[in-house]
Amino acid sequence: MVTFWVAVLIISMLLYVLLDGFDLGIGILFGLTRVEIKRAIMMSAISPIWDGNETWLVVAGVVLWAAFPVVYAALFSAFYLPLLVMLAGLILRGVAFEYRHKAERMRWVWDVGFAGGSLVATFIQGLMVGALVEGLPIANGQYTGGIFGWLSPFAVLCGIGLCFGYTLLGACWLVNKCEGEVRDTAYRQIPYLAIGLLVFLVVVFAFALFEDLPVLRRWVDRPYLFVFPAIGIVAALLAANSVRRRHDSVPFFMVSLIFAAAFATLALSFWPYMIPFSVTIKDAASPHSTLAFLFWFAGIIVFPLMLIYTAINLTVFKGKVSASEQHY
Amino acid sequence: MDPTALLLSRLQFAFTISFHIIFPSFTIGLAAWLTVLEALHLWTRRPAYRLVFEFWLKIFGIAFGLGVVSGIVMAFQFGSNWSVLARMSGPIQGPLLAYETFTAFALEASFFGVLLFGRPRVRPWFYLFSTAMVAFGTTLSAFWIMVNNSWMQVPVGYVVRNGQFVPDDWATILFSPVLWARFPHMLFASYLTGAFCVAATGAWYLLRRVFTAEARIMLHMGLGLAAVLVPVQLIFGHLCGEYVDHHQPSKMAAIEARWHNQQPASEVLFAWPDVAKRQNLFAITLPPPFGSLIDSDSLSAPEAGLDSIPPQNWPPVLIPFFTFRIMVGCGVAMLLIAWIGTWLGRKHRLEQSRLMLWATFLSFPLPYIAILTGWYTAEVGRQPWVVYGVLRTADAMTPFLTAPAALVSLLVFCTVYAFIFIFGVFYIHKLLRTGPVGPLILPPAGAVPNRPMSVVNNLADSQQLSAGE
Repeated sequence: MVTFWVAVLIISMLLYVLLDGFDLGIGILFGLTRVEIKRAIMMSAISPIWDGNETWLVVAGVVLWAAFPVVYAALFSAFYLPLLVMLAGLILRGVAFEYRHKAERMRWVWDVGFAGGSLVATFIQGLMVGALVEGLPIANGQYTGGIFGWLSPFAVLCGIGLCFGYTLLGACWLVNKCEGEVRDTAYRQIPYLAIGLLVFLVVVFAFALFEDLPVLRRWVDRPYLFVFPAIGIVAALLAANSVRRRHDSVPFFMVSLIFAAAFATLALSFWPYMIPFSVTIKDAASPHSTLAFLFWFAGIIVFPLMLIYTAINLTVFKGKVSASEQHY
Repeated sequence: MDPTALLLSRLQFAFTISFHIIFPSFTIGLAAWLTVLEALHLWTRRPAYRLVFEFWLKIFGIAFGLGVVSGIVMAFQFGSNWSVLARMSGPIQGPLLAYETFTAFALEASFFGVLLFGRPRVRPWFYLFSTAMVAFGTTLSAFWIMVNNSWMQVPVGYVVRNGQFVPDDWATILFSPVLWARFPHMLFASYLTGAFCVAATGAWYLLRRVFTAEARIMLHMGLGLAAVLVPVQLIFGHLCGEYVDHHQPSKMAAIEARWHNQQPASEVLFAWPDVAKRQNLFAITLPPPFGSLIDSDSLSAPEAGLDSIPPQNWPPVLIPFFTFRIMVGCGVAMLLIAWIGTWLGRKHRLEQSRLMLWATFLSFPLPYIAILTGWYTAEVGRQPWVVYGVLRTADAMTPFLTAPAALVSLLVFCTVYAFIFIFGVFYIHKLLRTGPVGPLILPPAGAVPNRPMSVVNNLADSQQLSAGE
């Protein structure tokens, strides 16, 4: 039962990272261009799906609360200010989808809201992961680090890294969904973004060695973990090849695979800890009566339906966005 | 624990949840009404029903979107500001909110897509079915939220283990009599909100002498529904009072400003409760046994006074006392408007009575005020407990939360919400002014299940088109 809910949580979080990842990334790329027509096309490449993507954040949040309340309580209170900023960013960029189109003189406000909100939300997500990897001060299942205890150079570095990561995902989605100028620009941006991400990974690794982060020791203990970075490297090579050959639909899946590999690497290097290295899955799990109540309807009926629904929603809108659709 | 941070956190929760409840209470009622309209349209084939349906669907879209956005914040706030509550009651409140998210996602999201762009693609009965499913989804959301809140009001079906509330009997939690008085009370409140907003819009159009055919449907259906529902709502309100009397003596004593035990009890109609002196100033009081009659349906029942309860367990008396009276006052006003309006309508005199049209038009804030003050009565009246009788609000807060952090978050939420609210209201107002006009909406090319608000774009486009022609 606990394993089932760990799986649901992992699937929800991974889906969130991949799906909202690319549309947050496109939000950042949106800020890099000033050409109105390109901006409109970029928005229409994600406008039908972004809301469904973001729903997975709420799903992950409530599953965390229901199945692992100790972790929910400790992390959400620890990340008080970052979560606030992330929510404000997500609200502003979400509303921008609806309002930007109607505004005339005020359009710049929604442009700033869309690009800025996306950038800030991404940075904060990376920052929180970084703080988690580095280790939050936790005693007896409670955060003890104070209001800025999550802030560290390493966390900031991870925030910047995720901005590159999501933007890369976003560029790959644009390559997949768009044609003409937007696609070509995205193709030109991909190498820079990839190099940025690579530099980030190298720096993170050096930093981890230098700081002697506890996660490194687990890598030495568990050499089989190197399978996942290996998958990531293969996917990166395939992605590079597909970009060179201009195979529009391939890069996105390869970069998604890199993200999935990174996600698995992180999850497995902390297993069985949910908050490294203080709260385990077993410590955090809700009692059986809670998990069973959730399992017998939400778990085995509604959750699969949600997955199917997400798949349908993505396939209904597959294919290139044409210029005529730019105003929905 | 920082008392300023506690106060700010409570203000923040009150603000964000008050903002949030405005939208679902409207959309739950509206979704049910849309279902009725669609059924009427299928049955009678009157195009006016279609026009009214399409018109309110657009407004539904905006309100639904704002409800979703402001709901996300709620899911985070339990963990950020109330982490002790989140940890302790997670095994019970967590799955209830998870069910809310899961069922809402499954029903509303998928069938809302059919509403927005399925009209030409699906059979009429399936379209009606989808409308009903959206209504069912919003109702189900309300149900889970009410289970959750009713458990906080009267916790049942749990044992305390390792510092957590562990559910040991879900049937007791889901079939608690408290819930089955409160859930209908909230549901009918939503239906009344929808009914009064619709009737007020109809009255507004009739006052301006525009869209008369559609306005008549809105006015008569809205007031007619309210004429039936307000009395039912008053009965369920009374049942809610009974649970308070049984389970929450401190809340009851505060609502009634009853300072001393009485048998049989008197009933304070209006007063200024003086908490320090434990007495009522300027009181208008009905003699015994009216208090016992109203609170316990009995001529001789004893009623507890506040001085039988330790002062540290008192709620802030003034707030539940006044909010309760405002709620009841709004209820009585709605009853009068609904009954007089329906009576005039049956005599075909309603549309000539500008006074009554004005009264109906101006009545649309009443259900909102009643819902907000009703919730303030329930939630403030529960204080100082967050889970009544077992967990104090002060002990439920994140212990290390500081006042500056809580202030920053409160200000950020106020700013962001004010910003999106102003624009939302602006667009709803624009839609209302435009009215149920134009060609019946074509399937929006890009409107999709997860983007309710995009219907509005389509309206803007079609307006530009007709202006261009």
